[in-house]
Amino acid sequence: MLPEKKIVIKEFNFYYDSLQALENINLHIESNEIFAIFGPARSGKTTLLKSLNRLTDLIFGARHAGAILLDGEDIYDPEMSLTQLRRRIGMVFDLPIPLPMSIFDNVAYGPKLSGTTQERRLKEIVERALRSAVLWEEVKDRLHTSALRLSGGQQQRLCIARILALEPEVLLLDEPCSGLDPISTASIEQTLTQLKKDYTIILVPHNIQQASRVADRAGFLLNGELVEQGPVYQMFTRPRDKRTEDYVTGKFG
Amino acid sequence: MILEIREKIIEKIFLLIALSSISILALIAIFIFGEGLPLIWKIGLKAFILGERWVPSKGSFGILPMIVGSFWVTSGALLLGIPLGLACAIFLCEWTPPLAGVFLRPAIQLLAAIPSVIYGFWGLIVLVPLIRNYLGGPGLSILSGSLILGFMILPTIISISEDSLKALPPSYKAGALALGATHWQTIWRVLIPAARSGIVASVILGMGRAIGETMAMIMILGNAVKMPTSFLDSARTLTTNIGIEMGYASGDHREALFATGIVLFFIIMILNSLAIFLSRRRGS
Amino acid sequence: MLYRTRYLTQIIARVLIWMAALSTIAVMILILFQILKEGLPILHLRFFLDSPRSMGREGGIFSSIVGTIALTLVAILFATPLGVGTAVFLKEYTRESRVSRTIRFGTDCLAGIPSIIFGLFGFVFFVIYLNMGWSILSGGLTLAAMILPTVISTTEEAIKGVPYSYREVSYSLGGTKWQTVTRAVLPNALPGIFTGIILSVGRSIGETAAVILTAGSSLVMPTSLFSPIRTMAVHFYILAREGISMEMAYGTGAALILLVLAINLIANWLLNRYIRRRA
Repeated sequence: MLPEKKIVIKEFNFYYDSLQALENINLHIESNEIFAIFGPARSGKTTLLKSLNRLTDLIFGARHAGAILLDGEDIYDPEMSLTQLRRRIGMVFDLPIPLPMSIFDNVAYGPKLSGTTQERRLKEIVERALRSAVLWEEVKDRLHTSALRLSGGQQQRLCIARILALEPEVLLLDEPCSGLDPISTASIEQTLTQLKKDYTIILVPHNIQQASRVADRAGFLLNGELVEQGPVYQMFTRPRDKRTEDYVTGKFG
Repeated sequence: MILEIREKIIEKIFLLIALSSISILALIAIFIFGEGLPLIWKIGLKAFILGERWVPSKGSFGILPMIVGSFWVTSGALLLGIPLGLACAIFLCEWTPPLAGVFLRPAIQLLAAIPSVIYGFWGLIVLVPLIRNYLGGPGLSILSGSLILGFMILPTIISISEDSLKALPPSYKAGALALGATHWQTIWRVLIPAARSGIVASVILGMGRAIGETMAMIMILGNAVKMPTSFLDSARTLTTNIGIEMGYASGDHREALFATGIVLFFIIMILNSLAIFLSRRRGS
Repeated sequence: MLYRTRYLTQIIARVLIWMAALSTIAVMILILFQILKEGLPILHLRFFLDSPRSMGREGGIFSSIVGTIALTLVAILFATPLGVGTAVFLKEYTRESRVSRTIRFGTDCLAGIPSIIFGLFGFVFFVIYLNMGWSILSGGLTLAAMILPTVISTTEEAIKGVPYSYREVSYSLGGTKWQTVTRAVLPNALPGIFTGIILSVGRSIGETAAVILTAGSSLVMPTSLFSPIRTMAVHFYILAREGISMEMAYGTGAALILLVLAINLIANWLLNRYIRRRA
């Protein structure tokens, strides 16, 4: 049985006013895999990620051409509800951004937005999300204390729990481990491998090593262009394009 | 879709709310002009602005004495306020043993917060007798008005000038000092000219504030309705004229007071636009 | 030789500037001292709780206090939603455009209009045209127009202070603009908004020119929003100018000063506690 293509990106171009950030991207992501998008700084990795849940809509002057299909539906279709889309595709940013409220309220924020108000239901959702993010054991006794008191690694897992509370289908993670110590990084990478069973994950790794540890397939983005994509092992040991080989071997960075 | 429609409606409601300030401005203009223009039509703009006699009971509505009064009081206030204000702004920016700022800043904040009637009162019981005894005249004079007004506009001048000075790139100061200039020379020859447009904006706003002040001026200017000839004379300003007579004016008299309001409105609008234009320029 | 003159100028400048700063502080202290010295002894409980008698020559200022509070409440009630709404619109619903520039221009101009003009406007619009008469409502609405620009700009500052990332998080979790504004932005901007309101309260209390033309000067205890009132500032002004009673004038003046001082202290405390802390 072939894995379904969860997300298909067809000839996608993206512009900030007159500056072209992404050029003719053709890419597909399969269900329940971890796909890494790697490349040097300012290649458009974050732009590509944010295009997937249309967070780029918030930026004035943003334009695009081409299509992005989620389960076959174009996410830029006017009929597509933005709120629905963003609940199906959740995003974690590079800096953990806990909202200035309690741990419980942080995780419950999303569900409350979509209309869940019953206290009992919220408690179930919060517990399940925190368990999936491997944070429950550490915080279950202090759910109503401020989220700002958590450590960096815990805060990042809180951010993951926040999206999981909405039961999304796809997770977008933009360098989720930057600024975290190696132990927290390891625990998050482990969490991601576990989450793969239930979610499709697209990750911008902090470095190539992280991609090779965690991802199944990867794509190399250079100056807005997708140079090549393929299974992680192949990308890093036998890259087809010279540019990929140069980057992977450290000739530029 | 319902969600999208609701969001659109909410956005429109916010737009309507946001138009409130412009609407109020328009209303003010409409009604003040509505009440005052008929009189200006009746007696002619030249007669109104250049007329030297203000005798409502006889139908004479010339506001030149008030314009001159406003001009003198404001000039006097600026004469005091600009050097004092600039000096304090420099003090706060450059000369800060933090201790000094601790005393000056609250003083300035208080200066801004104290109601104008309190200033007028103090001027009345302290300044006016002083001037009467040592300099002559009725005491209730343009001089006393200028002194008090000068202090009242200090917070405006100080805060905006200070902001302008603080906004200068530190390289200006560092560069000048590196070339061997003394601290004062740096300030006088480099920083102040560089912050020029902000400082001028602060002065213009201070001017607007001075021209618009009413209560304190009623209490200490003396309110003589004749053309002032010296700083020790009593006088009226455009604002005190309105403030004093509005309580009992009717008919043409009242319209004339509104007409005075129109003149004030224009003056303030011009000053304000100038200040806004200058601060936008500074911003870029 | 040249060096000596430069050095001399430096010293003279230094001295002058110090004198300027000190004299500003000195005058401030003089003014406060004068009024508080004569006025504080007058302030006992009866002064606040009694109503004025015989044109204010005797008794207290109770009706004025009530009037002042009522007037300020009406002003805040109207100015806050309008001001916060305008700020939210400017900061969350648009970016620099003809519309936003016009609104800002209107707000800036409104801020510069002298209070006597507001008084004239309030008189002809609320008192006469809308037939509200000299009343708490007329005065309160006029004051609301006066403090609107302040509420708008302080709210804008407060909203600006909320990190952009909070909004991004809210949107990425599927929030609509309205939800993001009400749940992620405004709750975090509240301290700044409060400070702006409190500053406006201080301004309203001291305002005289606009109030006297719209709320009247009746010493009778108000019975409804349509009753005329004499606020503390107006009472102070009338006492002083008509020379009715210096003693009462000092007392009212002292009460005014203390009130304004207290309000400013609270605003500063709020500023330090919530806004400094965030930074």
